[in-house]
Amino acid sequence: MSETNLRLVWIYPDLLSTYGDQGNVLVTERRARQRGLAVQRVDVRSDQPLPTSGDIYLIGGGEDRPQRLAAERLLRDGGLTRAVDNGAIVFSVCAGYQILGQEFVNDLNQPQPGLGLLDVVSTRGEAERCVGDVLGDVDSKLNLPQLTGFENHQGITHLGPTARPLAHVRLGNGNGTGDGTEGAWNGTVFGTYMHGPVLARNPLIADHLLKLALDVNALPPVEERWYEALRGERIAAATQSA
Amino acid sequence: MAGNTEPLSPRAKLAVTAGKAAAAVSRAAGRGSGSVIGGKVALRLDPDLLARLARHLDVVLVSATNGKTTTTRLIAEALRANGGVVSNALGANMPAGITSALAGGSDAKYGVIEVDEKYLAGVAGDVGPKAIALLNLSRDQLDRAAETRMLAEKWREGLSGSKAVIIANADDPLVVWAASSSPNVVWVAAGQEWKDDAWSCPSCGGVLQRPGDDWFCGDCGFRRPTPTWALNGDHVLDPHGAAWPIHLQLPGRANKANATTSAAVAAAFGVPPLTALQRMYAVTAVAGRYDVVSYQGRDIRLLLAKNPAGWLETFSLIDPPPTPVILAVNARGADGTDTSWLWDVDYARLAGHPICVIGDRRLDLAVRLEVANVDFQVYDSAQEAVRNCPPGRIEAIANYTAFQDLRRVVGN
Ligand SMILES: [Zn+2]
Repeated sequence: MSETNLRLVWIYPDLLSTYGDQGNVLVTERRARQRGLAVQRVDVRSDQPLPTSGDIYLIGGGEDRPQRLAAERLLRDGGLTRAVDNGAIVFSVCAGYQILGQEFVNDLNQPQPGLGLLDVVSTRGEAERCVGDVLGDVDSKLNLPQLTGFENHQGITHLGPTARPLAHVRLGNGNGTGDGTEGAWNGTVFGTYMHGPVLARNPLIADHLLKLALDVNALPPVEERWYEALRGERIAAATQSA
Repeated sequence: MAGNTEPLSPRAKLAVTAGKAAAAVSRAAGRGSGSVIGGKVALRLDPDLLARLARHLDVVLVSATNGKTTTTRLIAEALRANGGVVSNALGANMPAGITSALAGGSDAKYGVIEVDEKYLAGVAGDVGPKAIALLNLSRDQLDRAAETRMLAEKWREGLSGSKAVIIANADDPLVVWAASSSPNVVWVAAGQEWKDDAWSCPSCGGVLQRPGDDWFCGDCGFRRPTPTWALNGDHVLDPHGAAWPIHLQLPGRANKANATTSAAVAAAFGVPPLTALQRMYAVTAVAGRYDVVSYQGRDIRLLLAKNPAGWLETFSLIDPPPTPVILAVNARGADGTDTSWLWDVDYARLAGHPICVIGDRRLDLAVRLEVANVDFQVYDSAQEAVRNCPPGRIEAIANYTAFQDLRRVVGN
């Protein structure tokens, strides 16, 4: 019998999985298995209690009403906060990113409390939806290559003092604040507006999550050929369209 | 009921003539069938033209994320048993395209019209249809389409005052939500393989429970209505309990579902199921879809799949391994420029097939397949992919503009 080395928890696919967000789970799981880890993937629907024993939690994007419902249910459940208190890693996208913050504006146009796991506050933009390829430089503290992603959102997210921007965009909008920041992180909790999904285009971010969860500095190499080819193409496409 | 007995007003006549002239010019200039440009010119001259053209017809509208072109064709074939039909058979499904299709049939009795999901409520308001067929609603073109529940809400508001009989899929909770504000609904158990857009109750946001083929919301009581028509394996069950075998030439479960809905629509116009189904059997391909084309000594079956629900239905109809499969994905305007939907498709189901990947976004697909841990080859062109497949059958699955590209290459 093999014991589990890594527990991946996918939060509320019934509400927050609109933009291929399952891809982030699949990429993380695949790259963990390629390193010989025994992975247990747990999909938690919004009528189920969230396990607190996960190593990495992933949460995706969704429509405005499901976002409100997901935030209400996560806050009531309390499991994610307990897991983070125990050192769990969280990676969030779009609506999920907003939910992890202090506050966001919901589908009823009202400010709604988030989980407060990231020091950010989100509002709804008045401008046209941000749609298109994004290119950015990841926070130098993370020592990761350029960020490539696809954004498709209308949110604006302001960072508070204890959150660092995940990246600074060269092309695209990111957090929509006009200062070029994109996403946020604070050590163990990460948020981004990028999908594509983002970990398929930035597999070394997935590896970073794995390293944090496993508390290691390095992982054995895996086949990067197709990831590299896709990254090269999308970075070129973003540059050309600018 | 006869065809266009009431004469069109002089203004409407002028609009139709101008539209036809514009279409002819567009065709001559090599810009396709000209149907959309013709309709645009005609609508500009007479904004009420659509309503005026439809007044002389018994109109059926067909809308859905998947299967509307095929179902429109099946219904048109069935209703021809009772009289002439005018239809936008090539899938020009926004108001301009619909206008030019209706303008083309002066002695028709029926108008069988495919309508883009976003325009359904508006077109229904304009043409006063006798019937509306609603097949399914799922995620599609994420960068610009409205969100699926918002679409269902728009349908619900738009259809609540309609006098049309709504023929709707009881197995799709979003469709049921959209249709259930209408007084006159015929529920069809047409099935739904893709369920990932309807885990959340469209009425109250609760989590839907889905035991077997049933579904219900534990919070508010919204639940699957009792159908009067059903697809049961290879048979259509009619409201009298009779089972009619389906012998379509079109492949797959989804087309049996389309035939079942079409039979229910035909019955609403007095065409009995046996007659309706037998007329549907004549259909072998719909705007190139399902066509088998001989090319470089191979028989290539052309399959269109535009979104995760469509890909899922397509995987269930292809020949088993070792039949090679060509996958072609673009992300041009008509496809939606966001490729993240690829991650909602379970490509692991293709394990065992030789897989060839082509199209503008072949690298997105390559990463997707690498993560799914299935073997694949990437080629720069369809020609090259075909050359690398053994003689015999090839299944080619493509999204919208990739499908058009493929048709051009293989001469379809
Ligand atoms: Zn409910």
